[in-house]
Amino acid sequence: MKIAKQTEITSRAPLLSARGLGVRASSRWLIENVDLKVHRGEIVTLIGPNGSGKSTTVRALLGLIKSDAGEITRTNDLRVGYVPQKLTIDWTMPLKVRRFMTITGRHSVTSIDAALDEVGILVLAKNDIQSLSGGEFQRLLLARAMIGQPQLLVLDEPVQGVDAQGEIALYELIGDLRRRHDCGILLVSHDLHIVMAETDTVVCLNGHVCCSGSPRSVAESPEYRDLFGARAAEALAVYHHHHDHKHLPDGSVVQANGHDDHSACTHPETNKKKPSHHG
Amino acid sequence: MDDFLFRALLAGAGVALIAGPLGCFIVWRRMAYFGDTMAHSALLGVALSVLFDVNITLGVFVVATFGALALIMMQRRAPLSSDALLGILSHSMLALGIVIVAMMTWLRIDLMAFLFGDILAVSWTDIVVVYAGGALILAFLIFIWRPLLAGTVSSELAAAEGLHPERARIIFMLLMAAVIAIAMKIVGILLITSLLIIPAAAARRFAPTPEMMAVLAAIIGVIAVCVGLFGSLTWDTPSGPSIVVAAAMIFLLSLLTPGSSALKMRRDM
Repeated sequence: MKIAKQTEITSRAPLLSARGLGVRASSRWLIENVDLKVHRGEIVTLIGPNGSGKSTTVRALLGLIKSDAGEITRTNDLRVGYVPQKLTIDWTMPLKVRRFMTITGRHSVTSIDAALDEVGILVLAKNDIQSLSGGEFQRLLLARAMIGQPQLLVLDEPVQGVDAQGEIALYELIGDLRRRHDCGILLVSHDLHIVMAETDTVVCLNGHVCCSGSPRSVAESPEYRDLFGARAAEALAVYHHHHDHKHLPDGSVVQANGHDDHSACTHPETNKKKPSHHG
Repeated sequence: MDDFLFRALLAGAGVALIAGPLGCFIVWRRMAYFGDTMAHSALLGVALSVLFDVNITLGVFVVATFGALALIMMQRRAPLSSDALLGILSHSMLALGIVIVAMMTWLRIDLMAFLFGDILAVSWTDIVVVYAGGALILAFLIFIWRPLLAGTVSSELAAAEGLHPERARIIFMLLMAAVIAIAMKIVGILLITSLLIIPAAAARRFAPTPEMMAVLAAIIGVIAVCVGLFGSLTWDTPSGPSIVVAAAMIFLLSLLTPGSSALKMRRDM
């Protein structure tokens, strides 16, 4: 079922795509020959070790830095919601949660509160943002990025300063947002094992694209294992764990036993197998 | 009330009204030293204006703008920390200004008036300049408010979502140069930064939003001008420094306000 959805997603024109993207700093290429596409309703995760050019790629895609090679195509008037990697707000700026939501555009209090409610921090609406915890602040950043109804959500390390438990909750929230709003999501993470469950496409970066594809195919690829060594195997284990069943938005659980059925891959419309519901 | 005192109050209040909101951005963006450096370049502007016989306010505006642009360019490629760079540029600009003024022996320029201001000598023309220029500056500031504020929170975030924070920043720099050119005559080159920063810092304690902080900073600035001028008259102290002392006292009082959010923040840090 998930694979069927995947084919449906990628048959549409991508929201954002890059071909042969390269960024150079003085004499060195920070990233080179990066190909990447994000479709509506798709989560693309960029992983790679520190210094592999993940943030550089994202910044070039967003037009924050200029690229030195390749081409970037966006759909017309693409609305982007962005959660930057670092955001330090000087404590001298008095900023409440509600006011922060309108920092890049005007919104009604109703839509602000709805967005805050969606990420579960409506109770904090009147608080100073400087008083929020790491996890609360990341949720606020997510809500703020979502409030303009973006077609593309770009998240650069969205679980920073969040404990392990909070990380899982945040990734589940990101998956929920994708399902509910049908936006494309470009996610950057140095930490691979938790992102796997919600991701459709993984792009493994180390200056160039070393491998890309479904989470499973990347996790099993030798390039990926070379890059991450022992941690790779661990990620694969977690990935398997996450995928022995799948939670649907209505709370029901689906066994993902049809996963290796490759006929579903090429002929989604002939895939009549009904998922078993229980729970 | 004496006419000269009335003019002084009017001019001082006008400058304070502009300086408050602009000062908030200087505080939020941690540009205090940057502003100081721009202000210090103003004397060079005075010297060059006299040398080339152009309007002093205009000359100061141009030189302060060039000072800011030079600083940004040097920050991008300098082998020094931005802090050291500001220190070097700030003091050498000031010294250069003083040296050039001294070299023009055929002229008598009242250096003290430019360094510390001469608010009691303000003419009606000056007041027109303050209010017309000030209205223009505030109009521009309101126009760039959202991109500038978003860029202050995160320049990348603002740019990614289609605002133009870099353009707003450059306009803001021009506005700072304009305020320096206008305020120089009132509080003097050495004290301009304090009129920008101290009311804003004092307002932080009471403001729930950035917009309220800008309004409060303007009001606190006006109060400081009134109190300072009154003190200057009562104790026969220099007017510019008296205004700054008054502003500093308001700031200290604001620190004593119990339960203010800023103090809570400090404990967290």
